[in-house]
Amino acid sequence: MSRFALKLKLLFLMMFVSIPGLAWASDGGGIDSGDTTFILISTALVMLMTPGLALFYGGMVRKKNVLSTIMQSFIVICLISVQWVLFGYSLAFGPDQSHLVGAFSWLGLNGVGQEANADYSATIPHLLFMAFQLMFAIITAALITGSIAERMRFPAFLGFILLWSTFVYDPLAHWVWGVDGWLRNMGALDFAGGTVVHISSGVSGLVAALVLGRRKGYGTEAMIPHQLPFTVLGAALLWFGWFGFNAGSALAANGLAASAFVVTNTSAAMAALSWVFAEWVHHGRPTVLGAASGAVAGLVAITPAAGFVTPMSSLAIGLVAGAICYLAVSVVKRKLGYDDSLDAFGVHGIGGMWGALATGIFATKTVNGAGADGLLYGNAAQLGTQAIGVLATVAFAGIATFVILKLVGVVTALRATPEEEDLGLDLSLHGEDAYPDIMSGSLLRGDYSPAAVPASSVMKPGISLK
Amino acid sequence: MKKIECILRPGKLEEVKEALNQCGVHGMTVMQVMGCGLQKGRREVYRGTELTINLLPKVKIEVVVKDSLMEDVIGLIRKSAMTGQIGDGKIFVSTVDNAVRIRTGETGDSAI
Repeated sequence: MSRFALKLKLLFLMMFVSIPGLAWASDGGGIDSGDTTFILISTALVMLMTPGLALFYGGMVRKKNVLSTIMQSFIVICLISVQWVLFGYSLAFGPDQSHLVGAFSWLGLNGVGQEANADYSATIPHLLFMAFQLMFAIITAALITGSIAERMRFPAFLGFILLWSTFVYDPLAHWVWGVDGWLRNMGALDFAGGTVVHISSGVSGLVAALVLGRRKGYGTEAMIPHQLPFTVLGAALLWFGWFGFNAGSALAANGLAASAFVVTNTSAAMAALSWVFAEWVHHGRPTVLGAASGAVAGLVAITPAAGFVTPMSSLAIGLVAGAICYLAVSVVKRKLGYDDSLDAFGVHGIGGMWGALATGIFATKTVNGAGADGLLYGNAAQLGTQAIGVLATVAFAGIATFVILKLVGVVTALRATPEEEDLGLDLSLHGEDAYPDIMSGSLLRGDYSPAAVPASSVMKPGISLK
Repeated sequence: MKKIECILRPGKLEEVKEALNQCGVHGMTVMQVMGCGLQKGRREVYRGTELTINLLPKVKIEVVVKDSLMEDVIGLIRKSAMTGQIGDGKIFVSTVDNAVRIRTGETGDSAI
């Protein structure tokens, strides 16, 4: 036997020896290595949804605004990651205060350590539960950017998102998921965030779109998606990440996670088909944008129900989600005349409401004993409980978003000027061009202070900056 | 010297280029352009919003040739670019005062 083969054999043996060693090490303190591994991966999957969303939205805007749209999602990852560890997690999941919000006792992750917190998840480190929830806080804030795309000023956006996450998302997450939160105590079911994530972001997006007003030229100029392959890739990444979002919400590598995984995929697929066929019948064309949008609508709708319904029920949830979200964005939006640029309300708001109510219809204890039965399983009251959850979320998110935007508007202008909108936010707000046709311009040397660059000469390729 | 500008269906570019090559015209400038004429536009649908797009993509070729070649070149372009359907494009001819080859300074017919 050659020396190389011997080495390989030794390496192989070592692998077998070391695997049980790992399993023993994880037995201490109630932490389960399988659950921990799964939630670590799920957390990373949910993180990837936000860059996916950036592509999904980025492809749908005009090419002069693609960077500003992508930047909004990307900066939310950074902003909320910091907010969450400083105080966001404590507000959302900290010890209950009057059933409305968490206390400040976990500020700076004080007391949030490697041991499990049995109130939320007995088999994974508390730090990991915190990180998993962080990714939900990030994607929720990023979803709103679909309603305000192509016209909000960046400084106002930063202020708005920070306040929104603190005063809307964190309390709402506490109501629904926090120990002793009032909606949780009432028995409202929300497996992975139909109310907290989707209704809240969709309704807040609609309010923000109304406060900001329509984009310049809306209704008269053609505002066509500039890069649909981006959008489809983004939708695919969202779909992929959603397995972490929904299956991971079982907080364990178990049968419930597998069930959530299957209903998530089924609903997404069914809703994509139903959107495409609705559009095909209505306009004579089965579009790729429709397929991507329908898949997202199905993912949204199954989110609150993912841990409570059977695969057959998920078919029905997806079927309805694709059709009603299509009607919301193609008919209702045009009739009412609001400019929800990329349909955060039409897809997430409407899809989220349907999903929350559908949970009250299709939920069954045969899938999840810790859940409840819905209307079809003899418990009509659950539908009423779900409706209260929906109404409370709509009212709270809508009113709070309005107040926050008005406050931010006092400090700094919310909206780009008409000239900035004409030029595009990429150049006017960020000084960058996503697709420079001709590389031209001379380097600015030495003095980089704002005074040295005339305000009118933005960094547009083709313009000399000397 | 004559400048011949022709607006073609994008799919006809290779055939026309080949035909020009065969009659000794090797230099040309090609552009992707949008335009409208007799050909009707098309319909696009984005999330249920229908749009009529009446500017259609075309390819524009510019060549400058000696006066003596003009008729031949126009005939060849027509022959290779024609499908007989509306939307085949147009050819415009104009007179060019002079041409200069930047590298050598040659002017007139020998510069093209």
